[in-house]
Amino acid sequence: MQDDDTQNPAFLWVLQAESLWTTRAGTANKSCADCHGAPAALKGIAAHYPAWNSAAAAPITLAQRINLCRTTHQGAPDFPPESDPLLALTTIVGLHSRGQPLDIDETGPLKPFIQAGQTLFNTRQGQLNLSCANCHEDRAGHRLGGALIPEGHANGYPQYRLEWQKLGSFPRRLRACMLGVRAEPLPPNAPDATNIELYLATRARGLKVETPAVRP
Amino acid sequence: MPRPLINIPRKVKRGSSFDIRILLAHPMESGQRRDDFGKAIPRDIIRSVHCTYAGEEIIRVDLFPAIAANPFLVFSARAFESGPIVFTWTDDQGVASFDTVDLVVE
Repeated sequence: MQDDDTQNPAFLWVLQAESLWTTRAGTANKSCADCHGAPAALKGIAAHYPAWNSAAAAPITLAQRINLCRTTHQGAPDFPPESDPLLALTTIVGLHSRGQPLDIDETGPLKPFIQAGQTLFNTRQGQLNLSCANCHEDRAGHRLGGALIPEGHANGYPQYRLEWQKLGSFPRRLRACMLGVRAEPLPPNAPDATNIELYLATRARGLKVETPAVRP
Repeated sequence: MPRPLINIPRKVKRGSSFDIRILLAHPMESGQRRDDFGKAIPRDIIRSVHCTYAGEEIIRVDLFPAIAANPFLVFSARAFESGPIVFTWTDDQGVASFDTVDLVVE
């Protein structure tokens, strides 16, 4: 399903993004295309996200970068997290990095944030008192109920999940996992979620971007 | 409602068969679920999909609540002349949508 673009339901969002890309918005009355040209001009960049943002002095995800473009360059309001336009634009940028190996600069200012993400990944939490690593490293390849436990490589987001029957972002998947171990889910745009995404991107170094992935 | 993704070959040889793939964008809300406040979410599914090729009906499909969101349909047709392939679908809200793709037969 994922390998055949005509079957991949995430391409409905790609279709939506193609028209959003050229839609002018905000006080600056500019579209994505006015600055960036065709989406193909952003080839390969999704493989380097989450990336360092010097203004925020923190790593930001690709979706946050798109919203930053909207507020600073377009003068338009943020897209809400998990909204269709935001997922669509993140997907079309990710799509043009498909097949590129994940490559995060681990030596620069991102280093402490990667370590913070790694610590969170290995910290037990919730009523079930499980860390991410308990399932996705110790028990990867085993089964949880009927479902295969994956290694937890975040190289295909935003991804279409059959369970959700729509496209979803990495923070949404993380919230689902946290609810599963009965922990308190992270709020939208939580720095902790970005740190975990960042750590997972370094952990999956060399794996190819699969955006938009299809998962059960 | 976003447009569907329709995939047919650009050119087809006369007399040969070809696949038509259509991915419709629709939530296919089954009517069995409740929202966070316990209120029933009304059913909203695509009731029927209808396809004509050069004015002739080639398939009519009835869909039911058990079908997942964004239904994907694949069927075959035999090429006999160039012409428009017209897809029409109607959902529970009574919205009838259509999309057209032109087929070139050589």
